[in-house]
Amino acid sequence: MTLDAKIPSGPIEKKWDAHRFNLKLVNAANKRKYRIIVVGTGLAGASAAASLAELGFEVTSLCYHESPRRAHSIAAQGGINAPKNYTNDGDSIYRLFYDTVKGGDYRAREANVYRLAQVSGNIIDQCVAQGVPFAREYGGMLDNRSFGGAQVSRTFYARGQTGQQLLLGAYQALCRQIGTGKITFYPRREMLDLVVADGQARGIIARNMVTGELESYAGNAVVLATGGYGNTFYLSTMAKASNATAIWRAHKRGALFANPCFTQIHPTCIPQSGAYQSKLTLMSESLRNDGRIWVPKKKGDDRRPEEIPDTERDYYLERMYPSFGNLVPRDVASRRAKEMCDKGFGVGPTKQAVYLDFGDAINRNGKAWIEEKYGNLFDMYHEITAEDPYRTPMRIYPAVHYTMGGLWVDYNLMSTIPGLYVIGEANFSDHGANRLGASALMQGLADGYFILPYTIGDYLASAKFPAVSPSDPSFTQVKSDAEQRLKTLLSIRGKRTVDDFHKQLGKIMWDYVGMGRNAEGLNRAVGMIRALREEYWKDVKVVGSDASVNNDLERAARVADYMELGELLARDALHREESCGGHFREEYQTEEGEARRDDERFAYVAAWQHAGEGKDPILNKEPLAFEYVKPSQRSYK
Amino acid sequence: MNFTLKVWRQKSRDDRGGFKTYPAAEIPPDASFLEMLDVVNEQLIKSGEEPIAFDHDCREGICGSCGLMINGRAHGPQRGIATCELRMRSFTDGDSIVVEPWRARPFPIIKDLIVDRTALDRIMAAGGFISVRTGCAPEANAVPVPKNNAEEAMDAAACIGCGACVAVCKNSSAMLFVSAKVSQLALLPQGEPERKSRVDAMLAQMDAEGFGACSNTYACEAECPKRISVLHIARLNREYIRAKVG
Repeated sequence: MTLDAKIPSGPIEKKWDAHRFNLKLVNAANKRKYRIIVVGTGLAGASAAASLAELGFEVTSLCYHESPRRAHSIAAQGGINAPKNYTNDGDSIYRLFYDTVKGGDYRAREANVYRLAQVSGNIIDQCVAQGVPFAREYGGMLDNRSFGGAQVSRTFYARGQTGQQLLLGAYQALCRQIGTGKITFYPRREMLDLVVADGQARGIIARNMVTGELESYAGNAVVLATGGYGNTFYLSTMAKASNATAIWRAHKRGALFANPCFTQIHPTCIPQSGAYQSKLTLMSESLRNDGRIWVPKKKGDDRRPEEIPDTERDYYLERMYPSFGNLVPRDVASRRAKEMCDKGFGVGPTKQAVYLDFGDAINRNGKAWIEEKYGNLFDMYHEITAEDPYRTPMRIYPAVHYTMGGLWVDYNLMSTIPGLYVIGEANFSDHGANRLGASALMQGLADGYFILPYTIGDYLASAKFPAVSPSDPSFTQVKSDAEQRLKTLLSIRGKRTVDDFHKQLGKIMWDYVGMGRNAEGLNRAVGMIRALREEYWKDVKVVGSDASVNNDLERAARVADYMELGELLARDALHREESCGGHFREEYQTEEGEARRDDERFAYVAAWQHAGEGKDPILNKEPLAFEYVKPSQRSYK
Repeated sequence: MNFTLKVWRQKSRDDRGGFKTYPAAEIPPDASFLEMLDVVNEQLIKSGEEPIAFDHDCREGICGSCGLMINGRAHGPQRGIATCELRMRSFTDGDSIVVEPWRARPFPIIKDLIVDRTALDRIMAAGGFISVRTGCAPEANAVPVPKNNAEEAMDAAACIGCGACVAVCKNSSAMLFVSAKVSQLALLPQGEPERKSRVDAMLAQMDAEGFGACSNTYACEAECPKRISVLHIARLNREYIRAKVG
């Protein structure tokens, strides 16, 4: 398959403007004749649904939560980037673009990233106008802070709840359109499959999670804003219900899956404490602005951290990266923490942790200052660990947090299925092989507020739409497939629970497809996942019926998809014989243990095509050209 | 740690429902309340019984999905946290723990511990927003906002919409929920143009959904996982009077 990213020609700073002019428009009076189905109500989905409805389109919005406000964007803590240069420290659109391309280790599309940087300022304007209570200075102006991977302060924030406040802003815009009737909203609906008719995405099949009924929704285009696939690893910072079913089913219906192995392991999470644990909790990266990361210089030092004098501590990030110090990008910070623990310098009961210490910041600025900036994070840490981080350094360890990979989309955010758009974390997006802090919120809202509403119009204005109805075979066939899958899961009546299988899959993923990957381990993982998948369909035990609320069945269907996606993730990691960003192949590193890219062989987007059940997926390549930011080895020293 | 759970089980909205007793054995003290329920549910599934249905998602106290009445306290015995943040070390080994869903007429029970809180969304859709179309916003720093106002607006905006305030109120009032949004938007200059219509519309919808009125017992503030202050209800009342006679 030839992949056409449809990147406009011309100088990078003019591409988006020229493209917008060239896009066809739907006549204002005709907009109400088109129905767009938006799946998911996180930052990308809610902002897209609201903006499309404001334009006059009819919108169907669905989510598996009871309310749009529960989407997991709500949990993002740290902030959102925009190069407003309010701090007068030399920021610009070009600098944000440059930082993001470099931060992504030269595996993102330049044109997309530039556009992202261009519209990011509008996002801040929009959110402020919606009433998002961003942090402010005493003069009433907006405050900024710096974030990992950047040397300027360009991050806007609302205490440690930036995601919550941005999502509530988008949710309120969505609510307004529900009130006007332009958006029809369906809560507690989980998308189980995509309907493609005459080569176009024309609808979805969703399960009503209260009655169990499978429902058909038809429209002119489908937008997936269903988030990432981090829960493949079982333990992650994702919400429990976050899942990959929507994008995975779309993949199996013909959408290409790009760079699945680009997964982000976030450096500052609360370490795991036991096998009962259901998820990991992130502590915002903003903590690295004022916290210093260290381990004892002596291996297996069992003293309490307060008893270890400064001279016997190794502030290893400051030592290795004098210019960025504790603010190195996430992939670097995570890998170094793992390395310290692997070498035996880990701390805490499991020895799988490093310290994040606020002692100096508290001495310098006072406890009240820290409390105002990070109070809710400190409370959360205290609640979980029963330790007071104002006195004892926090213990942190990396955890799966974000997935840069996702469905392949062109410059218009359309997948390889005409009429299927993918936005936010669900697409493979603009972050390359590593996402910088405060960039996810930016990308989700850029897609939803300022990109998709223009590009989708071009498709609607130019495509022909034969009439479709849920009684057509294109719908009924997909519906009966979905129904059959659920019935099969219920009929296996095996011995092992869904969670039991999911935990085992997660362990394989973390051990072999996690922070350190190598060919031998990845090959082993592929075999283990296949065997586990086979066992799953023979021995899983799912209770209850498909005709009512059934949390067990919901989970079983999601885990079935992780079992397939996990294999693709491992295969992608195996094929990419280089290290870049969050993808670290142990065979490919510099003498100093940094990622060694191979631009000659791997400067491309790996877009995988489903070839049918039991067949190997087909690799398609979209070459990446870097005209503006010349690839070099990333240096944060 | 070992516990005895008395859990409300109800098959569907129309089922009568009742308490059932389950042992929760060998629970680590660091487990969260929901992780304790996970352990019990795994046992139930293994024995072929349907697991206890409850809403949950982020498990870090921000999405507002979880909400259980634990020994008669919304989100359990500790203040300022959601159910998912509650750790089993807050209980004593051997405790009996009664677990119920939110009970309020506007929150019908869907199954077991899951209730339908969509009434809160309908209140939001009635007026809990600033009408600003995508693209028409002025430059973000064009309108300065005094820091204190922004901070107070943020205090109110911290509401996670869990419904604990309704569940603990003897009148099933949603005043704390409504006041948090009215207060946030009234404190910001951006919210000024719709200040009167917003409070009016949200309160009308609150009444239409069957929520009661406030009679100042302050149980809502005491049980709010985000410690939203009842002072916002005072501001709501002032806003309402201003809308009616101002």
